[in-house]
Amino acid sequence: MKILVCISHVPDTTSKINFTDDNTKFDTNGVQFVINPNDEFGLTRAMWFKEKQGATVDVINVGGAETEPTLRKALAIGADSAIRVNTEAKDGFQVAKELANVVKDGGYDLVIAGRESIDYNGGMVPGMLAQMIKANFVNNCIGLEIEGDKATATREIDGGKETLSTALPLVIGGQKGLVEESDLKIPNMRGIMQARKKPLNVMEPANAASATEAVKFEKPAPKGEVKLIDPDNLDELINLLHNEAKVI
Amino acid sequence: MSVLVYIESEEGKIKKAGLEVASYAKAVAEKMSASVTAITFNAEETSELGKYGVEKVLKVSNDKLAKFNAEAYSDAIKQAAEKEGSSVVVVSQSANAKYLAPLLAVQMEAGYASNVVGVPESTEPFTVKRNAFSNKAFSFTKIATDKKIIGLAKNAFGLVESNASASEEAFSPNLDAHDFDVEVQSVDKATDKVTIADAEIVVSGGRGLKGPENWGMIEEMADILGAATACSKPVSDMGWRPHSEHVGQTGKPVASNLYIAVGISGAIQHLAGINAAKTKVVINNDPDAPFFKAADYGVVGDAFEVVPKLNEKLKEFKEKNA
Ligand SMILES: Cc1cc2nc3c(=O)[nH]c(=O)nc-3n(C[C@H](O)[C@H](O)[C@H](O)COP(=O)(O)OP(=O)(O)OC[C@H]3O[C@@H](n4cnc5c(N)ncnc54)[C@H](O)[C@@H]3O)c2cc1C
Repeated sequence: MKILVCISHVPDTTSKINFTDDNTKFDTNGVQFVINPNDEFGLTRAMWFKEKQGATVDVINVGGAETEPTLRKALAIGADSAIRVNTEAKDGFQVAKELANVVKDGGYDLVIAGRESIDYNGGMVPGMLAQMIKANFVNNCIGLEIEGDKATATREIDGGKETLSTALPLVIGGQKGLVEESDLKIPNMRGIMQARKKPLNVMEPANAASATEAVKFEKPAPKGEVKLIDPDNLDELINLLHNEAKVI
Repeated sequence: MSVLVYIESEEGKIKKAGLEVASYAKAVAEKMSASVTAITFNAEETSELGKYGVEKVLKVSNDKLAKFNAEAYSDAIKQAAEKEGSSVVVVSQSANAKYLAPLLAVQMEAGYASNVVGVPESTEPFTVKRNAFSNKAFSFTKIATDKKIIGLAKNAFGLVESNASASEEAFSPNLDAHDFDVEVQSVDKATDKVTIADAEIVVSGGRGLKGPENWGMIEEMADILGAATACSKPVSDMGWRPHSEHVGQTGKPVASNLYIAVGISGAIQHLAGINAAKTKVVINNDPDAPFFKAADYGVVGDAFEVVPKLNEKLKEFKEKNA
């Protein structure tokens, strides 16, 4: 089985979010970038397939040279090779098209992406990619088993879960549940050494057009001070929730 | 010209989120001097949609679509958009809508803006405000394509009544075998409880509650308020509560009107999941707990004393205001 894992390079959750150039650009100053958490679950599941059922695992990112350390980390976790499509990621549509361009020639049976990336939270790349390459698609995937060319996937729905059956080639939008968090793989010294020698191929982009553009950013208005209520005067809390916030 | 809105239903009944997207579609249509057409799948009673601005309902009735199917539904929505000449399609951000929207975007060659929080700032160019960076910022996103898909964040617009009345029309999209290549085997739903995604109020407990045996008072509060229960990550990791209740960055997002956090410190990964909740109440015995900085109302006190007292008062309040 040939697996491709899409890796989004995103600011670490604890990063302070700031903008520059008159609030038109994300300020990367002092921001630590990591593998998108949803993708990390997918990558670990791919490693499981590799170890238990035999598979080759490539990782891919659409982005500039600054994303290479993130791809190297994925290699250190155990991916066999990495691809970087050398263009700035502009929106979900463009990224999906660039990925589709690689996937259609790559002979992949399974493409694992994350449900959404934690920076722009678009939640569109995996579904768009699936549609572009006419592969089957399961979103919010929290469980995946593959036997031959048949797949059984579990998907989170509002208020429960759903089990689906389908066939390869398949694209999933994965999340926590694909593997347990305690099973997430962390690169060890040997992995890091090996990663240096693994191929990281840079591909030129197909120059796909984007469909949307973030023209400006804004931070939420600073929150007012919390109103503290005396634990002996809980009537006041109920009064505020009823009359001021109007939520009960 | 019309704005097309996908209305979700469950067991034939329109979901409340469906009325919210209808209200929103009406506001978008007004900006564009257009009308609103809705598409429903196996919904029975659809006349109330008129009250929220829908002028025409395309009713798909098809047993093969009894269970949600992203591929087939998006195929049908695309055909409805073509038939109605709709350049804008509005969907909710339920798990199902988020599943089908990207498929639809490719089929329609439409730019898709998800997690949108308001009516378009302008329609030429078409610019919407959306949540980004796990709700830590807003992005003003321009959709450059002729056709557009908007995913409306839950509770971002609310219900707005208008006095239209909706005509109904049966609609039979052409579906092909490929639409059924992903097949639902089973659905496992906790039906008797309010779910985090649908809840107007969420009551959540953290490690400060010391153990699963102390959740009775949290469940009681949820019962009184008709709320869903939730928890912080360590609580579900330790097995005190099911994983489906874990809220935060790696868990579920909350967009309720009210979020009550009991014994939760307010770590940034937790807050990432609840930023979209409108009003936040924190009960914590540590006045320096970071959650107080994110909260609207706070009670510094021992949960084991505060919560039972609060439950009594909430009960009285509910009885009086029933
Ligand atoms: C990559 C990553 C992802 C993560 N994702 C998530 C996530 O999605 N969701 C999430 O929740 N966490 C997440 N975390 C964990 C997060 O950092 C915190 O560890 C977690 O939120 C803490 O949970 P807690 O507040 O319940 O527990 P604690 O930090 O132990 O806090 C308990 C609180 O209860 C208070 N308390 C104690 N006794 C009482 C009492 N009797 N009455 C009232 N208050 C009391 C304490 O003062 C304290 O503030 C993530 C961490 C990482 C590294």
